[in-house]
Amino acid sequence: MSTNAFTTRRDFLKGSAAATGALVIGFTLPVSSRFAQAAAAAMPGQATGFAPNAFLRIAPDGQVTVICGLSEMGQGVHMGIASLVAEELDADWKSVKLEQAPVDKAYNNPLFGMQATGGSTAIRGHYEPMRMAGAAAREMLVAAAAGKWGVDAAACRTQEGRVMGPDGKSAGYGELVAAASKLPVPQNPSLKDPRDFRILGKGLTRIDTPAKVDGSAGFGIDVQLPGLLTAVMVHAPVPGATIVSVDDAAAKAIPGVKQVVQIPQGVAVLAEGYWIALKGRDALVVKWDDGPLGSLSSADISKLLHEATKKPGAVARNEGDVSVAVAKTVEAVYEAPYLAHACMEPMNCTAWVSAGKAEVWAPTQAPGPNQGIVAQLTGLPPEKVQVHTTYLGGGFGRRFAPDFIIASTLISKAAGVPVKLVYTREDDMRAWFYRPASVTRFTAGLDAAGNPVSLTARVASPALSIAAGFTKELPKGVDEFAIEGIGDMLYAFPNLRVEYAQAEPGVPLWFWRSVGHSQNVYFIEAFIDEVAAAAGKDPVEFRRSLLSKQPRLRGVLDLAAQKAGWGSPLPQGVHRGVAITNCFGSFVAQVAEVSMDASGKPRVHRIVAAVDCGRTVNPDVIHRQVEGAIVYGLSAALHEKITFQNGRVEQSNFNDYPMLRMDEMPRVEVHIVPSTEAPGGIGEPGLPPATPAVVNAIFAATGKRVRTLPI
Amino acid sequence: MISLSINGKTVQLSATPDTPLLWALRDELGYTGTKFGCGISVCGACTVHVDGKPIRACVTTIEAVAGKQVTTIEAMDANRIGQALQAAWIRNDVPQCGYCQSGQIMSAAALLAQNPKPNDTDIDEAMRRTLCRCGTYNRIRAAIKDAAATLGA
Repeated sequence: MSTNAFTTRRDFLKGSAAATGALVIGFTLPVSSRFAQAAAAAMPGQATGFAPNAFLRIAPDGQVTVICGLSEMGQGVHMGIASLVAEELDADWKSVKLEQAPVDKAYNNPLFGMQATGGSTAIRGHYEPMRMAGAAAREMLVAAAAGKWGVDAAACRTQEGRVMGPDGKSAGYGELVAAASKLPVPQNPSLKDPRDFRILGKGLTRIDTPAKVDGSAGFGIDVQLPGLLTAVMVHAPVPGATIVSVDDAAAKAIPGVKQVVQIPQGVAVLAEGYWIALKGRDALVVKWDDGPLGSLSSADISKLLHEATKKPGAVARNEGDVSVAVAKTVEAVYEAPYLAHACMEPMNCTAWVSAGKAEVWAPTQAPGPNQGIVAQLTGLPPEKVQVHTTYLGGGFGRRFAPDFIIASTLISKAAGVPVKLVYTREDDMRAWFYRPASVTRFTAGLDAAGNPVSLTARVASPALSIAAGFTKELPKGVDEFAIEGIGDMLYAFPNLRVEYAQAEPGVPLWFWRSVGHSQNVYFIEAFIDEVAAAAGKDPVEFRRSLLSKQPRLRGVLDLAAQKAGWGSPLPQGVHRGVAITNCFGSFVAQVAEVSMDASGKPRVHRIVAAVDCGRTVNPDVIHRQVEGAIVYGLSAALHEKITFQNGRVEQSNFNDYPMLRMDEMPRVEVHIVPSTEAPGGIGEPGLPPATPAVVNAIFAATGKRVRTLPI
Repeated sequence: MISLSINGKTVQLSATPDTPLLWALRDELGYTGTKFGCGISVCGACTVHVDGKPIRACVTTIEAVAGKQVTTIEAMDANRIGQALQAAWIRNDVPQCGYCQSGQIMSAAALLAQNPKPNDTDIDEAMRRTLCRCGTYNRIRAAIKDAAATLGA
């Protein structure tokens, strides 16, 4: 990842309209002879396949294959990309299948400048490019038909995989591929009026579902190759720890253990299959020098962050003057813990480094950057490195990291055989890629009438942009990830100051679904609720009064309140809380209904969400992404934290890092605001409001504020 | 050599007797539909049926199931309940990443075999030990009820 990629993402978030315009201007349809060859290879004896660009090909039998460079990790991106192409192609949806792309510049995510999936960018970045790919092919097929019939192209139309001409003339796309592939590719195909969409905006079922109900879907961990050995590793117990000694005699004595390989990241035992490799790994005796982080403890980290909020920080936002006189002051300090991603599929990668060539099969969000990384590790030119992206058993940001690809590549290089490295669940939990902990100190001022006058937020947190290698120095001393959700909040306080106090405990950090919003929206939305209570105002009305110039955010707030019946009676003991967010180009409000059981534990009964994510590509996918994001957020709020003692991670598996289960699952309603705005992201925006909506409902139920997570 | 029946086919396993069924299925036999999630019987991703009962393949040795009938997700289309569940899973578009779904369907199949008309509490009890990180629980619940309805029809 480069600073440039970071800038691209940030710039986009600042102005989606401008960025969308730039995409269209910058977009060209890559016509690649390699794809024509691939198309031909896939259809032996029929070198008449049609591959007008890198994103689709059509076989003489009418089969449409959409080629997708984005990683399918459950968010439905295969479905999304295929439907964008199919819409403008006017394909018969039943004849569309999807193929995962190799690494090629053609598949770079326009919002990242590299081939990678994340940041809720897939639809935002590909909404027009993929439609143009389909539209270009459609124009060529129409031209081919018009030529064949000797009629004007304008007299032809398309419908479900066929071109219709005058006088009842009709030809299937498959019949036209030979002629179409001889035509020039239009560089500026015209796109449909969204009113004419018949695939986009409808709730078509996902194309990856059948393979995911019969066990045939291929995840990274399922990769099989002749001569493949499985590797299980001893990983460094503390970041920065170095190996002092390795005794592998007992491991090597286990029948079936083939090799023991030491790499900088640890020591791997290779065997035919996981079980023997695990037994071998467990028999290794590795002594480590812990290094400087050997005394890391969660108590110290918490103290460090709290202390940092007591001194002035770098100014991220300053409007008016927060030292203005006020009648009443509200103060609170909020804290959120480190979190693991805990994807259901543990990290794994299969690598085969051989003479002059390397191949990796990986459940990765970042095949593009990893091609370069593997090239560097092996000394091969990037074109000699193939990265095969499998299905991902969950991503959530974790699979943007290259650790499992680096380690498997180094092991295969040393062992000289194809190697599938599999992390045990404990390895995965303790791999040191965590959502940063954060502490925020708020002060709000009200006038005598209870009107909000000022707000000061001081965020103390380590800098993710440095930890992830985006930058070495923080621009103006501010880590944007640490403050996002507070620094860019839309509430109109006349006097507002947001400060960032960098505090670095040394724990490695990573992107976790919705990144800084995951903790900051909890902080600000719980605190706004405190300010509303201090002002004696209803939480929804108080928010509305600060959002008079934010129609989209106020729109979702009003819709969620209306659908949840805000203000209407609830069953005895059930209480409501509300929270809102604007992030990743979308707007979300949620109302939670919560009761407390006899032991004082919250029970979340229902969450009503309202979403404005611009034009919808697939409402069913939106429902699911929002519901899934709510579960991910709620799971963290109720159960999850990563803690440290003596430099070690204290959690190890799902027994001591519990996650939300079926019997705790609330009913979830998702309401979509109809919109003609540019599409916003949808994988992440549903997450941030879930926690504050629940803690605000807990306040309504108990009068107690939850200022530390998990609840 | 340990002999057992997988999806109606008798197989001889060369793995050591202490090998968990999960790894014999995946690494020796190539039945990769059964997934590894935790290795300590707390996530349910590896759920298979042994003589019709749901078990966690990650902590069940092949020695313990010698001579028994093992059924995996790959054979669920061969019985009425499995077919109904797979169809309901598709109708309700349940999976997101899909990694846990083999275990979910195996757990649901065991439930429906015991209880053809489960209520919400029955579903919670039968399914609460099978984790889904993507948050498909409500769709799983709907799909189980949908499958139960088609089986009862």
